[in-house]
Amino acid sequence: MTGASGRIALGRAGSALASWALPVGLVVLWELASRMGLLSARVLPAPSDVAAAFWASVENGTLLQHTVVSTERALTGLLIGGSLGFALGVVNGIWRPAETLTDSSLQMLRNVPHLAIIPLVILWFGIDEEAKVFLVAIGVLFPIYLNTFHGIRTVDRGLVEMARVYGLSPLALFSRVILPGALPSVLVGLRYALGIMWLTLIVAETISASSGIGYMTMNAREFLQTDVVLLGIIVYALLGKLADVATRAVERRALAWHDAFQPATTAEASR
Amino acid sequence: MTETAPRRADAAPALADAVHDGVHDVVPLAARRRSLASAGRAAEARPGAADGVPITLSGVVKSFGERPVLAGLDLAVEAGSFVAVVGRSGGGKSTLMRLLAGLDRPSAGEVRVAGRPVAGVQPMVRLMFQDARLLPWQRVLSNVGIARGPDWRRAAARSLADVGLADRAEEWPAVLSGGQRQRVALARALVGRPGVILLDEPFGALDALTRGEMHALVDRLWRERGFTGVLITHDVGEAVALADRVLVLRDGRIATDVAVDLPREGRATDPRATELKARILAAV
Repeated sequence: MTGASGRIALGRAGSALASWALPVGLVVLWELASRMGLLSARVLPAPSDVAAAFWASVENGTLLQHTVVSTERALTGLLIGGSLGFALGVVNGIWRPAETLTDSSLQMLRNVPHLAIIPLVILWFGIDEEAKVFLVAIGVLFPIYLNTFHGIRTVDRGLVEMARVYGLSPLALFSRVILPGALPSVLVGLRYALGIMWLTLIVAETISASSGIGYMTMNAREFLQTDVVLLGIIVYALLGKLADVATRAVERRALAWHDAFQPATTAEASR
Repeated sequence: MTETAPRRADAAPALADAVHDGVHDVVPLAARRRSLASAGRAAEARPGAADGVPITLSGVVKSFGERPVLAGLDLAVEAGSFVAVVGRSGGGKSTLMRLLAGLDRPSAGEVRVAGRPVAGVQPMVRLMFQDARLLPWQRVLSNVGIARGPDWRRAAARSLADVGLADRAEEWPAVLSGGQRQRVALARALVGRPGVILLDEPFGALDALTRGEMHALVDRLWRERGFTGVLITHDVGEAVALADRVLVLRDGRIATDVAVDLPREGRATDPRATELKARILAAV
């Protein structure tokens, strides 16, 4: 390694460290404030207490159980709402009559905040699983629908014409030209949807549930276990982050050509 | 045949090969090409094989709304010839191309390729566009073999080798230069040995040097394979360099029909070519 590249590597490591300095510093400050009695444990328990609560709930298995329940709900809702949104986006994107028929209705529904229908959902489904899954499904449907639709509509028409000249069947045209062309946009929709998925689930579980992370935190509130409440929030944050990392990984794999696409266009301009 | 044979610039040795294969010397060129083509797979890799099929247009009219873009076109293009169509923008060149490709139907009249009326896109006719139109999410090889079919990988690899890009098969199209992308598009058009290759101003966006290379490449492949070539261009120099017949399309009709009866080598510097260019330009 040359001196210059060594310095660059060091600089990179340094900036990675710097981005962690603020959160780590805050946690240290928070711990100190709690230890010195500046922060009441009722308001904000010390990080070490939260860690202890974490260990306790890991040991008795409740954390895992609640996390699994929540994740299951989230993914079921995502699967249902996501496939519905994707299918609607595809059909409306490639077939005008379908768009005329459904698009304006979908746009109207989209403008209703889906959390506003919680009372209705409770009336329909009670507080069972269906209620939460339904809310998540409604929440994720629209971002996936909109982005799929947009992605399909913006596929390069020249490529579609080329595919016609080369005699691609409708199925091959869809799977090899239209879908890959729309994929970057669909994945953007998926990332939006994942954010909405957790948000919806938190709200739904907080309002009415007998299991899940939301239930765990609401239950802890009743017993004034602020540390467990905090733990629940942290678990939500981690799950959200995990979902984001997973989609990024999917994007990197599925859009490998896209990476080649971007630098090449800029390199061409400078050539 | 051998690896080096297709690189031959001159068609004469190829015909000598044909003689060795039992095709008699006195058979006229076109008939000899046909018999070579019908000799099947053995003839496929042979230089001088004639893939070309004839194109005929009779009374072809194409109007968009009230405006006729093509106003009764009659044209016969011989199998294996290379025709260039020049004209101003809006003169109907691209419309003609779309009819030949089977992407559009004429409002009246008939377009026949290989004697059969064109009823839609067909594998016998391939089109090269102004831009390469490669699928950015597929590797070069998959792009060349886009029509798939049995054993497409081998056919695509052969075609890529024919345009000199065998070593770029596994690249993303985005990393190629503009000229390389058009060569990939040409390789894609050549897979399956089409009878007609339509070139819709495919070299317009390239720099002069790359364009010259592309001309030489198209010229060589045309001589090796004998497909019928139709080049649409507004560059009269390009038309004279590549074609053996130049048509000037004006107001939806063929205004001028000029045979380019010059040796293909050295047309760029041939004073007769310059004279011809001036004549064609005057007619555009």
